[in-house]
Amino acid sequence: MADFGYTVWILIVPFVAFIVLGLFGMKLKARISGLTGTTALAIVTALSYATAIRYFWGAGLVDGVFQKIIATNSTWLTLTDHLHIDMGILLDPISVMMLVVISTVSFMVHIYSLGYMKGEKGFERYYAFLSLFTFSMMGLVVATNIFQMYIFWELVGISSYLLIGFYYSRPSAVAASKKAFIVTRFADMGFLVGILILSFTTKTFDFVTLTDLNGPAITSTGGAVFMGMSVMTWSMILIFVGGAGKSAMFPLHIWLPDAMEGPTPVSALIHAATMVVAGVYLVARMFPVYYFAAPEALHIIAWVGAFSSLFAAVIATTQTDIKRVLAYSTISQIGYMIFSLGVSGYGGHDGLGFMASNWHLFNHAMFKALLFLGAGSVIHAVHSNYMTEMGGLRKHLPITNITFLIACLTIAGLPPLSGFFSKDEILTAAFHHDKVLFAIEYLVAGLTAFYMFRLYFSIFHGHDRQYEHKPHESPATMTIPLMILAFGSVFSGFLPFSSLVTSDGAPFESHIEWSVAVPSILIALAGITVAWVMYKKETTLPDRLAATFKHSYKWAYNKFYIDELYLFITKKVIFKRVSQPVAWFDRHIVDGTMNGIAWVTQTVSNRIKGLQSGQLQQYGFIFVSGAVALVLVFIYLVK
Amino acid sequence: MNQGVPLEFYIIVATIMFFTGIYGFLTRRNLITILMSSELILNSVNINFLAFNRYLFPAKLDGHFFSLFVIAVAASEAAVAIAIIISIYRRFSNINVENVNELKY
Repeated sequence: MADFGYTVWILIVPFVAFIVLGLFGMKLKARISGLTGTTALAIVTALSYATAIRYFWGAGLVDGVFQKIIATNSTWLTLTDHLHIDMGILLDPISVMMLVVISTVSFMVHIYSLGYMKGEKGFERYYAFLSLFTFSMMGLVVATNIFQMYIFWELVGISSYLLIGFYYSRPSAVAASKKAFIVTRFADMGFLVGILILSFTTKTFDFVTLTDLNGPAITSTGGAVFMGMSVMTWSMILIFVGGAGKSAMFPLHIWLPDAMEGPTPVSALIHAATMVVAGVYLVARMFPVYYFAAPEALHIIAWVGAFSSLFAAVIATTQTDIKRVLAYSTISQIGYMIFSLGVSGYGGHDGLGFMASNWHLFNHAMFKALLFLGAGSVIHAVHSNYMTEMGGLRKHLPITNITFLIACLTIAGLPPLSGFFSKDEILTAAFHHDKVLFAIEYLVAGLTAFYMFRLYFSIFHGHDRQYEHKPHESPATMTIPLMILAFGSVFSGFLPFSSLVTSDGAPFESHIEWSVAVPSILIALAGITVAWVMYKKETTLPDRLAATFKHSYKWAYNKFYIDELYLFITKKVIFKRVSQPVAWFDRHIVDGTMNGIAWVTQTVSNRIKGLQSGQLQQYGFIFVSGAVALVLVFIYLVK
Repeated sequence: MNQGVPLEFYIIVATIMFFTGIYGFLTRRNLITILMSSELILNSVNINFLAFNRYLFPAKLDGHFFSLFVIAVAASEAAVAIAIIISIYRRFSNINVENVNELKY
């Protein structure tokens, strides 16, 4: 077996970069610190690609099955003889694929940020956080056990928090970072409880043992039954809650659109391509357990994914902030991936959904990063986030225009771009599983094409607006990553994915099922055509439609009032009915007791402190009187 | 047995001396006088020791020793007290006990 020990440098290099930039960044020139971060990422990317090539076309495949290779592992914390938390590196098809995805997107974002963030205050801080994020995300995907994953999961959360709040002088950014942190943290509580229940039932944290088909997790009868479902199922549902929080699945999606307050490259890296797919990765990692031990949980996952994808797609059609459109589009696409895992079977061609989900994750990382970076390029040129203030930019931003168009066509799912292949596999998997879910996803495919081209036409077509200054194409540091990612979006569909990443590790042949593919192309084209009619030339048609469906439009525009609902629950119910009485009790009863004791002591001492007058003879008098009194007591009272 | 002065007389004298000492201790303002009053108190105790020793346990010497002991302690006490009074005088320019009240609440 080949030695993969060097993969530990994939974690060490960005961490060292974080330490160096974090501690000494202020002393370095901005440009040097940017280049330091980018160089570190270049090393990581090279290592990741080398690992991927050696794994997929070399050491990984033994007897026709991709092996799970533990590159390095050491015990970090021993809890009992059997239960210990390790730190290590696990290489298997999905983790190696994630290494490639993260390093590629992160590297592109590092390069892009050299141009985009130029001259920003806190440039070196930005790169330090990016390195921290890359380190945490890499640690998350290569985790050998679920607890290591949880540790890095939280690290990812904190780096996301730091980067969303990067413009910390802006109140909205601060609010958004807090919201993201609290919502994901709330979900992570479910994750932690799930881990604890799982480890209690199976006596292990280790992924290899957990996903072993003869292991304790899968062969167990599921333990005791609680509220109609086994403990195993409950633990897997709770673990999925953590994943749903990170992946912004309904109803924990509210943080993601607000997270767009961060710098745009950060949105591309964290809130589109890498961190938000951690939930998908988590479910994929635990997939055998879900499939064999907790099928009810998998069923829930399928519905949550499908509902989120539809829900977010509907909202995306009404938003005007381009980054928010992309954010909802991200939720929608991640819903696709989660859904695809939910309808997948295990092993061989049955595991089509699993393969398709990971493939879509891979493609989505490319084209969504491209979309965000393209949007960043547009924002950089126009200094506005609102598509109502944009138009006719195709003349001013030719490279951005073409790459953005490619990304839109990819996400819409037109052949031969990558999105077509993975989306087709997802729909095929859904078609063989559940017709209702298939119908939902089919509708979402059309909506996706519509809102993406609504965005595209509004930005790049139509007539020019009044711009502050003439928009110009972004510098090469920004356009080169766009071109590389566009290349990736076009050609990643030709990767033989089904022979690389499968549910049981054994490659299989997958074919395009034209009976599903043709209708999906047609609905995508229909979506594009509707967008063309409505937004290619500026007409009053969109406004008239919005007026016709006034109420439903208003609901979708206000994101179905989910934020308001949360505010209502937290402010009116939790704060007012629970927290306020508790606060009153704390302030008046608990503090009151303590204050009362202090008050009594103080008052009494104020009264009697006059005794300590410093007058020697007064003391003497009291002493003598006391002595006399004692004598009298002993003579007359004590017989 | 002893036909001389009865024990009560000694006790009366000692009591008068004792309360004179207490009175002086509590009312005089001059530290030297207070010191003298405390000597009176100690000496009244000495008288009691000697008288009781003589009348109750004539064969023993415990009372004598104890009063010698008290005299020794009183002498050293006077030395220390006068030293303190001198330093008080240096600090306050007088030896009125009412002025020495810095150590209070």
